Amino acid sequence: MTEPTATTAAPTPAVLPAEDAVAAVPTQKHQERWFLRFTLAQRYLHAVLFTSFLVLAATGLIMRFSGSVWAIRFAKAVDGFGTVLFFHKFCALVLTLAFLIHVREIFARGLFRHEKGIFWGPTSMVANWKDVKDLFGHMRWFLGLGPKPKFERYAYWEKFDYWAVFWGMVVIGFSGYAMWFAPFFARFLPGWALNAALVIHSEEGLLAILFIFSIHFVNTHLRPDSFPMDMVIFTGRESEEEFKKRRPDEYKRMMAEGRGAIRITDAPPKWLINFSRVVGFTALAIGVILLVLTLSAYFE
Amino acid sequence: MIFTSAFLLAILARPLHADVDCLSCHGDPTLQDSNGKKIGVSADKFHASIHGSLKCTDCHTSIHDYPHPAQQAPVQCVTCHAEETSGLAGSVHAKASEHPCLGCHGDPHQIVPKTDPSSSVYPLNIPKTCGSCHGNEAMAKKYHLPNVYSMYLDSIHGFALGKEGLLVAANCTSCHGSHKILRHTDPQSSTYRTNIPATCGSCHVGINEQYQRGIHGKAVAAGNTSAPVCTDCHTAHGIVEPTSADFRMQSTPVCGSCHRDKFSTYRDTFHSQLGLLGGYVETARCWDCHQAHEVLPTSDPRSPVAPANLVTTCGRCHAGANASFVQYQPHANARNRRLNPALYYIRLFMNLLLASVLTFFMIHTVLWLVRSRFQQVKSKSSGGDHD
Repeated sequence: MTEPTATTAAPTPAVLPAEDAVAAVPTQKHQERWFLRFTLAQRYLHAVLFTSFLVLAATGLIMRFSGSVWAIRFAKAVDGFGTVLFFHKFCALVLTLAFLIHVREIFARGLFRHEKGIFWGPTSMVANWKDVKDLFGHMRWFLGLGPKPKFERYAYWEKFDYWAVFWGMVVIGFSGYAMWFAPFFARFLPGWALNAALVIHSEEGLLAILFIFSIHFVNTHLRPDSFPMDMVIFTGRESEEEFKKRRPDEYKRMMAEGRGAIRITDAPPKWLINFSRVVGFTALAIGVILLVLTLSAYFE
Repeated sequence: MIFTSAFLLAILARPLHADVDCLSCHGDPTLQDSNGKKIGVSADKFHASIHGSLKCTDCHTSIHDYPHPAQQAPVQCVTCHAEETSGLAGSVHAKASEHPCLGCHGDPHQIVPKTDPSSSVYPLNIPKTCGSCHGNEAMAKKYHLPNVYSMYLDSIHGFALGKEGLLVAANCTSCHGSHKILRHTDPQSSTYRTNIPATCGSCHVGINEQYQRGIHGKAVAAGNTSAPVCTDCHTAHGIVEPTSADFRMQSTPVCGSCHRDKFSTYRDTFHSQLGLLGGYVETARCWDCHQAHEVLPTSDPRSPVAPANLVTTCGRCHAGANASFVQYQPHANARNRRLNPALYYIRLFMNLLLASVLTFFMIHTVLWLVRSRFQQVKSKSSGGDHD
């Protein structure tokens, strides 16, 4: 996962005119410049990820808290647990497929196309020393003890989100398939591993649900700076002002490397913003409802 | 015997001459005494009844001549029906305000044999006869009884009898007896706890044999009254088809009411989590693995949960179950370090992971929120761009 190239949205100049060209665009009109942060494929990946996750979470919670009133009501409404489990398994397959495509893409870009910055460097998802410094710097800033850190392309909490989901998919996926195909997995796993699979699956699933629907939602969408929703994951674009403010180090590096122009794109179309709002707020609402149900079932 | 011979007599010989005198007055079915009590008798119906061969004075023994006094001694059924009457005398119906016999058998001048489909005590009619009192809400309330009539009608026995018309299906008297009905708290009662297996077993012979071989049957036979009998799982009146979704959904807590530890660990498993949701009632319930009637300990080689039989037992649902698969513990307790150490530490690790990640990020997020808001307000008030 490195910086995207706006191949469709913005024309790529054959020769990079660097700062000149970049600077030339906004002066023509007093309009904002927009930069592409996420490619269409990355946005689709996120969409597939959160859609299947919402269904997995909803159906998973019903099974995890099957004694609660809402779980039984919902299961009855959809004609019992067969339907619930069907959707759970279906979305598990979708998510597995998305995960495999993503992993394949990462390795293809890193190992075969020798793309730089996939596994290391400022654009990589792999944590580095700057992330540690940023974490402590950020905490100091929270307490008013220092300046706000200048973030790169992926801030430390975004990397955490990414790896949490990555690790979560491996763990939840593996334990889930172990239960789905229990007699097959029992050929190489001891019997108690099937007991462990449910414990791991449900605890890790709960962690994912609680984390995504509270911490990810607030960190990414609901905190004052992005409230009520950070649209960049849906539109793929952010304004120059946002870019500069949120990821000053990346902006500086892009400009210094003269690579700013290849990321320039058009403003997000109105329909896309509206569509994103509908989708985004629906997902947010479902997530919050599921969070409330989870907490209510936990303390029932 | 009495019924049969009386019936034959009724057909062969009709000593009419004695009745003619009585019927010249009482033959008018609308006849009433000064209190408005019906004292008329339908001659045709009486002669067709099981008592049709008797003379009026055989029962109304205080009348010898005409005219006779208005007040008469009550008819004593006991004269002929000694066994029934003595049974009734010790029963729950002994103190009934109505005539204890007529309440069920109806007008004594029209009683027909119980094998006659028009009899109020013909098997198919019994629930309705008993239900005329026991289906009465007010009456049920008065005697603190459940309204068992409607429960029975909807039950598998009520359905078999009422809808399918099966004479052999259990009616009220099959379990409670007819004349000597005793409270279920009375050790003599057919519905007393320890007598229930024999009562149900009078029809369900095969099931009772299995039950008697099982650990529960043996416990009851040894005098352990807390061990389950038929009605604990199947209930008494509202018995449903044991393979039905309703039964499968409602019955695991029954086992769990005694086997609390096993129930709570069962509740932690996939079997229970899915089983609770309905719609897929095939998920394993207690008796699917342990048997319903011939419940045997794991140590008994005949038990389906004996180690040697597990591959077969689990394999009934899980195609491809093998020796490793059946090491799965359907009652594993992740909270018990001694019994399930591996599971205990896995759960502990997962819980610590959950708690630490959420705690750290919760603090992180709250601090961030506060700081961002502070910055925002400060920037706005100073007119500058917020951070």
